[in-house]
Parts: sequence; structure tokens; C-alpha cells
Amino acid sequence: MAGIAVSTTINGDTIEYLCQPDETLLDVLRDRLGLTGAKEGCGTGDCGACSIILDNRLVCSCLVLGAEAEGRRIETVEGMAHGDQLHTLQQKFLEHAALQCGICTPGFLIAAKDLLAKNPDPTEEEIRFGLAGNLCRCTGYDKIVRAVQDAAIVMKGA
Amino acid sequence: MNFDPRFSGRKFASVGTRPIRPDGVDKVTGRARYGADFNMAGQLVGRVLRSPHAHAKIRKIDISKAEKLAGVKAVITAKDLPDLTDGDAAMYDILDNCMARTKALYDGHAVAAVAAIDARTARQALKLIEVDYEILPHVTDVDEAMQHHAPLINDTIFTEGLEEKPVKPSNVTKRSQFGHGDVHQGFGHADFIVERSFKTEQTHQGYIEPHACVASVSSDGTADLWVCTQGHFVYRQHCAQLLGMEASKLRVTSSEIGGGFGGKTHVWAEPVALALSRKAGRPVKLVMTRDEVFRASGPTSATSIDVKIGARKDGTITAAEATLRYSAGPYAGSWAEIGAMTAFACYKLDNVKTVGYEVLVNRPKTAAYRAPSAPMAAFAVESAVDELAKELGMDPVDFRIKNAAQEGTRSSYGPVYGPIGIGPTLEAVKNHPHMKAPLKKNQGRGMACGFWFNFGGQTCTDLNIGMDGSVSLAVGTVDVGGSRASLSLVAAEELGIAYEHVKAIVADTSSLGYNDMTDGSRGTFSSSMATISAARNAIRILRERAAQMWDISVDDVVWEQGHAVAKGEKHGNLGRLSLKEIAAESGKTGGPIAGHSELVADGAGVSFATHICDIEVDPETGSTRVIRYTVVQDAGKAVHPTYVEGQYQGGAAQGIGWALNEEYIYGKDGRLQNAGFLDYRIPVCSDLPMIDTQILEIPNPNHPYGVRGVGETSIVPPLAAIANAVSNAAGVRMTHIPMSPPRILAAIEAERGG
Repeated sequence: MAGIAVSTTINGDTIEYLCQPDETLLDVLRDRLGLTGAKEGCGTGDCGACSIILDNRLVCSCLVLGAEAEGRRIETVEGMAHGDQLHTLQQKFLEHAALQCGICTPGFLIAAKDLLAKNPDPTEEEIRFGLAGNLCRCTGYDKIVRAVQDAAIVMKGA
Repeated sequence: MNFDPRFSGRKFASVGTRPIRPDGVDKVTGRARYGADFNMAGQLVGRVLRSPHAHAKIRKIDISKAEKLAGVKAVITAKDLPDLTDGDAAMYDILDNCMARTKALYDGHAVAAVAAIDARTARQALKLIEVDYEILPHVTDVDEAMQHHAPLINDTIFTEGLEEKPVKPSNVTKRSQFGHGDVHQGFGHADFIVERSFKTEQTHQGYIEPHACVASVSSDGTADLWVCTQGHFVYRQHCAQLLGMEASKLRVTSSEIGGGFGGKTHVWAEPVALALSRKAGRPVKLVMTRDEVFRASGPTSATSIDVKIGARKDGTITAAEATLRYSAGPYAGSWAEIGAMTAFACYKLDNVKTVGYEVLVNRPKTAAYRAPSAPMAAFAVESAVDELAKELGMDPVDFRIKNAAQEGTRSSYGPVYGPIGIGPTLEAVKNHPHMKAPLKKNQGRGMACGFWFNFGGQTCTDLNIGMDGSVSLAVGTVDVGGSRASLSLVAAEELGIAYEHVKAIVADTSSLGYNDMTDGSRGTFSSSMATISAARNAIRILRERAAQMWDISVDDVVWEQGHAVAKGEKHGNLGRLSLKEIAAESGKTGGPIAGHSELVADGAGVSFATHICDIEVDPETGSTRVIRYTVVQDAGKAVHPTYVEGQYQGGAAQGIGWALNEEYIYGKDGRLQNAGFLDYRIPVCSDLPMIDTQILEIPNPNHPYGVRGVGETSIVPPLAAIANAVSNAAGVRMTHIPMSPPRILAAIEAERGG
């Protein structure tokens, strides 16, 4: 079977790859491009561990086909930091211990980035509903919500 | 060399602070490598064929068509994992669970596996494997499985622990009993008696990372295994035994682990991946799907529990009794036994008796889930305790304080307690502002206590001091939630250096001596004990080297705040030598400086918690909302308080899910109907409030810093605390977990109708 040639932008870089028609974008990112920051927790769009931003929209990359990325703009957790300068959300997740095992963390960071881009001053309830598509089994979400609240304050002041 | 583990009451410099964890940056940038994030050259994709039947004899498996498919490199069945267990019944069960031998015992039981060049080919190959099943009657309910007419799951099982040896096989594998005094007499002295039956449904640990491994068996008989596990040394031992290898030939590296909670303490896919790699002659990556995780890894027990408690008018409990039935899946376990041990552990009782029954059912093999077996027993007991307090007209906190176990109390499961935290957590709850927060209409408040044993176990740690004075700490307990941070703090504390100069890693099985797995809340408890011991051994060498550099007796050198200090007036002008200065000279004074420790970490202090929660119940729909939640727990000493809080909050959240939503739902056909996160709904961010925590520190006398394990106890009280809150809000006693909207509505309607 011939692969489909795709040209797309990932974290600001132009990337080209071949993929099969039934291959998910998550599999392309992880298996073809070595971008293993996005995780597969379910493969059915229920856990959010594979969250990416596709043309300014938060999506589960397990529900997008690799071929659909043609001509689009993708942001993954690997592109959040600028060099050795962590994104404010990344720094706040560390300071607040908003991760234990850390497997959900890339998805939460991407979802929180998308949330704050659209709503820079969210209430606690808005944060909780904004992140309700991401499952965390370790933290009980308390410290995640606090990290996002703290990051929002810092980012507003920036 | 003799290590003294006793609590010394020192003043801490590093321990108790809250630095950023050493593995943190990798985890927020996506660089941390979990089970599925690792690849090897020439790697194949492994996939497993699973039984669609709850109980079936396997007449024949034909793999010939699958083997012929282009791109398939190996197909295996139980024949490729011959029985090498040599009469070890527990290992045989593990082998049979990894790959069904003569019968499929649950929906999802592995029957064959393939390794192919890609996932698509592997999936196609599975469809070409022909399995001839003879479907057998099945049973999935714990109470039904105990009936005499129930389908027999294993006809070689005769109930253990009965006075007379049974003549017929049974699904009940074992009866166990604990307690002391005379409950019959005790109930005779009671003015009030509460007697109730409870049920809890089966739940899954719900770690977000599915099981994943990469296995590589070489033609010279050595092998490597990369795997997400809570215990790579245990995995090595089990895999080596099942595959007929010497343990030292199999190097197991634990990946970062994406949650375990007890569920990654058992091998499932790993021996299969190794067998595939051995047959194919290439590395094999095997990653479970979420569906497979639910159907074929190890959830907790479903239970059925009867409780009877009696008390005098003054609030003194005179007798307590419980019968606990726990499902074990299709293989024997000790789940009811643990439930029977923990059930009344919070209380000081003259007359107590608990009886546990392990019950086989056609469900996946039960695995540990955070304080395994304790939450269900606590749900039943703490619900009955609440009801009894109400009958007595006593405040539920005061009633518990009156009957709480203390130092010197003989526990319901045997041992006599040392200093414990149950009383202090209850006093803290009594005075907590949460207890005074106003409740609105349809809201109820509940509280409950919980106990967990905690565990220590075999532990080995290496502490290596570099020539630049920085410290590498290699531990063998897998870091499930921040223990590299807490252990670095402990090494820094003991050596008297800054946290930033210590780097902790989890070493692979070829680099360090055997370690038990991270279970029983032992990660920080046991590895910190070994780290302290290793650091003290390193300090002894540092003192010797300083003595050599000064040309004085080592007896005149003490270690203070990261420095060798010459004591005594005769050495008054020698000054101090820092760890860094001594390390820099190590090449001239005897070579590398290191401290090692091998020990059995005895004396894990028992742990207690008391939780409070407020729940709102919609009487029209039966739906619930958690309004407030507070955890009070004894940590002994909180090494990194932020991560201790995290353990408290995480356990509470899991308990909330268990209490209100989560359950395995089986159809009449014995198949699991909700094997995914959409239908097996764990709490999401919008389901929960902030979870308040209060850390109490009642030092464990058996640890130099007073540390107790903190990981598990937090899941013990929530089921009962929430059941008590819902019962108070709805005005009807809830006896079946989870308290899903239909169950609450049915209870409310039954109460109205009745």
C-alpha cells in the first residue's frame, strides 16, 4: 500500500512524512517522528493524554488521522519551552507539584495552554471544566488547578 | 557498620522542605520515557489474542494460517511457555494467567500472541488464529460463586482453613479468621446493636499508562526487558522463572511509570513479549490497549460484607464482628484475609471476630489496588459505626474517639500497637473548620477512619560520591510519585550537603542488588532507611579519608554539616574539610568513595487517617456533587510535604470515584461491558473540589527520621466517609458501592415507599 505524503508544520518547523491512510496523527507523532511527548492512554479520545493543538484548536491526536495534518499547524508539548526557558505553565506545574507519575502532564499542559490562550483570566470552575477532557489518576487535580491559576496570574502580568 | 534504624529526633535542614523534583523537567517537556516511549532496532510489534468467553475449555488452537501471513515473525500459545514452575502453585497461576493453558477463565484471558513487522499485520494475524472453544457455565458474582450449585472454576481447589477437610472442591479457596475475646458474650453486654450487609463492586486502578514493554532475547540466552512496573526486580524473578533463565541473564530496566497503584505489581504481558522475542529472534514491543487493561490486567475485588457491632449506652463498643467475602478472579489470593485483618484495626475492642472468604469468579485475576482490600472493609465497618453512633445519640467523631485504638492496644488482627495516629487524626477532625462549615439543603456531611499496615521489605541502595563532591544515589524502588525527590532530600540531610548536589536514579536489575517492589507504601520509607544507612557508610569512609589527609586517628574525626571536623584541642588548628575537598583527593587517599546498603526495612509504622466530606444529593435524579473534602493523616515525618499532600489528595480522589461512579459491569454472558474510560468513568477535574489536607507527624519509632509510608491509607476512608455523607443527605442508609444515581434514587424511593 502506498503511503500518503504529508507536509505540515510542527512546533514551527516544516515536517514531511509518509503515513498510511488509517494511521492516527498520534501514531505518526510517536512512531514516525519520535515525538513521544503525546501519550496514548486510551486511543478513543477519553483521556486527553495525547492532546495537541491543531490550528489553534485543542484535539486528541488519537482521533485525528495523520493524513489530515496536511498543510496544518501542530503544537505539541515538545514545543512549549523556548530553548532552556520553560513555559510559565511548565514552571508552575513543577513548583506546585502538579504531577506525580507525569504521564498525563503533557496533555494537561497543552490543554491548559489552549485554555489560557482563549480565557486568560479563568475562574476555578472554568479551569475545572476547561481541563475536564484530561484524566489524571494521581493528583486529585487540586495541585493542577492551583498551578494553572498561578500561571494565569503570572502570564497576565507578563 | 551496624545500622541503628531507631528514631533519633534530629533537627532537619533538608527533610521537610519542598524542592522541585529531579525528574520534573523531563516530565513537563515530554522527554521522560515511559513504557511505550522506548524502541529498539529491528523491533517487532506484539499483540495478544484474548478469549471472548468468560469460561471455556480450549479444545484446539490452529496458528498455521497466522504463521503464513507475510510479515508475521512469531506466533505463540501456551505451548511456547512450558510449565517450569516445579510445583510452585502461585507461579503456575501467574503462568496460566499470562497465557491460558487448558481453559480460558475470564473474558480477556490471553490464549495466543503474535509478533509482526507492524501493528496492522499483527492485528490481521490475530484474526487468522482459530481457537476451538467449548463454552462452560460461568459465574461472575461473589455471592453466587459461593453457592453450592455455582459453576466450579477450578476442581482442584478445596477450601483451606476449615475445621474439617472438605470432600468436594469449591470456589471458596480459603477461610481465614482473626480476633480475640468472646463476641457472643460481648453482644450480650450491648444496649444497642447494628447489623448490616454491604456490597462493593469491582474497580480498576485506572492508571493512565497502559502496560507496555520491550523485550529482547538474544541467541546467547541473555535478555533485556524495558517495562513500566512497580518492581523490576520482581518482574525479573518471575519472568526468568517462567522462561527458564538465570535471573542474572535478564536485565530489567524500569521505565518511568505512568501510574500503578498496585496494578503494576504483576506480570501479564512481559513473559509473553519475552517468549515472542525468543521465538522471533528480534526485539518485541508489546503495549496493551485500554480495553485490554480493563479486561485483562488486575482490578480489585468485588465484595459482600456483613457487619455487626454492639455498644453500651455510654458509647463503649462491647463486641464487633464481620464476615467478608472477596472475589479473587479465577486464581487464589489473600484479599479477604487482608480485609478481615484491617476491618476493625482502628478500634480498641475487647471482643472482636472477623472471618474472610476468598472466592473464585470468572473475572480477571484480582491485583492489589492501593491499600488492597482495606477500603471495602472500612466502608462496611465505618458505615455501621456511624449508624451505631446515631442510635446512641452520640456525635460520630466523639463515638470514634471513645473507642479509638491507642498505643498499647491489642489490634483486632493481633499485634500490639506502638505510637499511632488514629486518636490524633480524630481530634484534628473534631477541631477542623470543615466540621463547622454550613450545609445547605440536600447536603450531608460524613466522616470515616481508615487504617493500613504499611510495608518495609528488602532494599538495596548505592550512594556514590563523585570527585567533584556531587552525589549519585541509585535506588531500586521504582519512583511512582516523587520518591527521587524525597530520597535526594534524605541523602542531602544525612550527608549535610545541599539537595541540588544529589541526583537520584532508579537503577536497573543488573546494577543494584535485589529490591522488593514499590508496594505497601514502602518507596520512601524503606529506600530512605537504606539511603540513610548508605550515607552513614559513606560518611565513615569520608572520615577515614579526612583522618588520612590530616594524619590523625579516625576516632578524632566527626562529621558535621557536610564537613569532617577534627575534635579535641590537640587538633585545634586543623580546621574543617568539606565533602567536596575530601572527594577531590579521593584518588590519592584510597580511591572512589561510596556507601552501600542492603537491608530489610522492618518496622514500617502503621498508618491511620480520618476523612471528612460534604456531599449534595439531588433527590430527583440521585446525582451527587462533592462540596468539600478534607484528609487528615499521620505521615510520621513528611519528607517532602507537597508530595505527601499529593498522596493524600490522590487517594481521596480515587476513593471518590470508587464510592460514586466506578464499577465493572458484566453482562449475563460474562463479558465486561464497560472496558473503556467513557463507560468506566473515573473522576474528572470538574467532578471534584479542592481537597484540603492536614499532615500529622507522629514519629515512627523504627525509622531514623520517624517516617511512615503515606501512599495508600488515603484511599481507605473515602468510601465510608462518602457513604455516610450521602446517607445523611438522602436520609437513607446506603449499603452498595458505587452510589451511582440509579442506586441512590432507588434507595430514596424505597425509603419513601416503605
